[in-house]
Amino acid sequence: MAEQITMQVTRYRPEVETDASFQEYEVPCPKDWVILDGLNYVKDQLDGTLSYRWSCRMGVCGSCGMMVNGEPKLTCATFLADYAPGPVKVEPLRNFPVIRDLVVEIGDFMRKLVAVKPWIIRKDEKPVSQGEYLQTPDELDEYKQYSMCINCMLCYSACPIYGLDPQFIGPAAIALAQRYNLDSRDEGSPERLELLSQHEGIWGCTFVGECTEVCPKHVDPAGAIQRYKLTAAMDWAKSFVMPKGKADA
Amino acid sequence: MNNEPIYTAYHPRWLRPPMSTYWWLGKWPYVKFILRELSSIFVAWFVIHLLLLFRAVRGGEAAYQRFLDFSAHPVVLTVNVVAFFFIVFHALTWFAVAPQAIVAHMGKKRVPPLLIAASHYGAWAVVSAILSWLLLR
Amino acid sequence: MAKTRRPIEPLLWLLFSAGGMASAMLMPALVFLLGLAFPLGWLGAPDYDHLRTLMLHPVTRLVLFGVCMLSLFHWAHRFKYTLYDGLQVKHLNELLNTVCYGGAIVGSIVAAYLLWR
Repeated sequence: MAEQITMQVTRYRPEVETDASFQEYEVPCPKDWVILDGLNYVKDQLDGTLSYRWSCRMGVCGSCGMMVNGEPKLTCATFLADYAPGPVKVEPLRNFPVIRDLVVEIGDFMRKLVAVKPWIIRKDEKPVSQGEYLQTPDELDEYKQYSMCINCMLCYSACPIYGLDPQFIGPAAIALAQRYNLDSRDEGSPERLELLSQHEGIWGCTFVGECTEVCPKHVDPAGAIQRYKLTAAMDWAKSFVMPKGKADA
Repeated sequence: MNNEPIYTAYHPRWLRPPMSTYWWLGKWPYVKFILRELSSIFVAWFVIHLLLLFRAVRGGEAAYQRFLDFSAHPVVLTVNVVAFFFIVFHALTWFAVAPQAIVAHMGKKRVPPLLIAASHYGAWAVVSAILSWLLLR
Repeated sequence: MAKTRRPIEPLLWLLFSAGGMASAMLMPALVFLLGLAFPLGWLGAPDYDHLRTLMLHPVTRLVLFGVCMLSLFHWAHRFKYTLYDGLQVKHLNELLNTVCYGGAIVGSIVAAYLLWR
């Protein structure tokens, strides 16, 4: 008989209560189970009222982010047995409003992703008849790391600046902007800079660095932000030396 | 029968737990971050210390001696011991993140992060050696 | 999203960065020698004439001013954000900016005065 482990799971039912509480569940703890397996066991066998998000169960969709013992984790990529003998606390992702149980409101995040214009911007679009935009492997390497983001929002949970000021645009959004800024096919850096050079853009970041620590895909958003600060500062400095329009984007 | 259903919008009340003023005590990386930021206070203190030294040196041998005594005073000494640890902590954390923040290219190839780090530590060693030589010869 | 443009932010960040680099490179050795080794007698303090020649040299004064001014702005920027975030005193934003950056400006003027009066 497999060992058991106690999961302390946040419950929040807005129709009957005004605050969150913990409910304990005893779940089996086989070596290969992840936290998500434990939650699915709860939902299937113990308490069907538990609400939570998940999808691919293999670390590529970004749906199952939750706080596990106070750390933001993908529950499909975190082994239950690592927390034996337990108990293990499972809470909704920090810094986001909680809709119900482990489900958080992600509208703010989604709006920010769109706000940084995450698409190739060009002054003149090449017609399809002229063929594809060509890119060398080196040019791909420039931005590839930042394209690996799965929008799981663990970085937003780890970022104290976002927690203190929800208007801060946040690590994933800035990393996404960099993914396009550094793409050789893109010419949209000045447009993105317009948004990101505001106080809630890159300048709000104080390089705590936790976003990079918790990222499951090694995107290194902290590095992306610091690089962007340097680029933006250099652009600003250049704008005094060179007339507007001549300065490199 | 006039039993028209009455529809009301149902929007569940979202729970927004407030962030504690002591959020930075929550986990060690946050504590380390705040300590790193507070090191700037000791940087500012040492600026004052340097300027006081300059003023004493300019003021004459007696003033310089008084400054040396001042530096040896237990309170000042304690402050400087603490300042030393914080300033070294600042330097170490600064050089540790330099490769993350600085991405340089030589032609098409990216400069390896290890080289960026090594350049910083190397420069640190050279500058420290020069300063020591200037003061100790 | 509230739009608060602060075109001065890049300048403040550049000063912060330069100050961080300058203080990281130069201060550890100086604190060790001037703050610990000489007062505690681990190493002989430089004799007065040698130190006077060294410190009053125009290049030394320039370097000293650079390090002091940049380090003060490094402190101002970092300390402001620490109070802003650590203590959540956003509403005191104007006061914080005045005290921190104002302090750095005043400190730099005092430094220039002491070095070149």
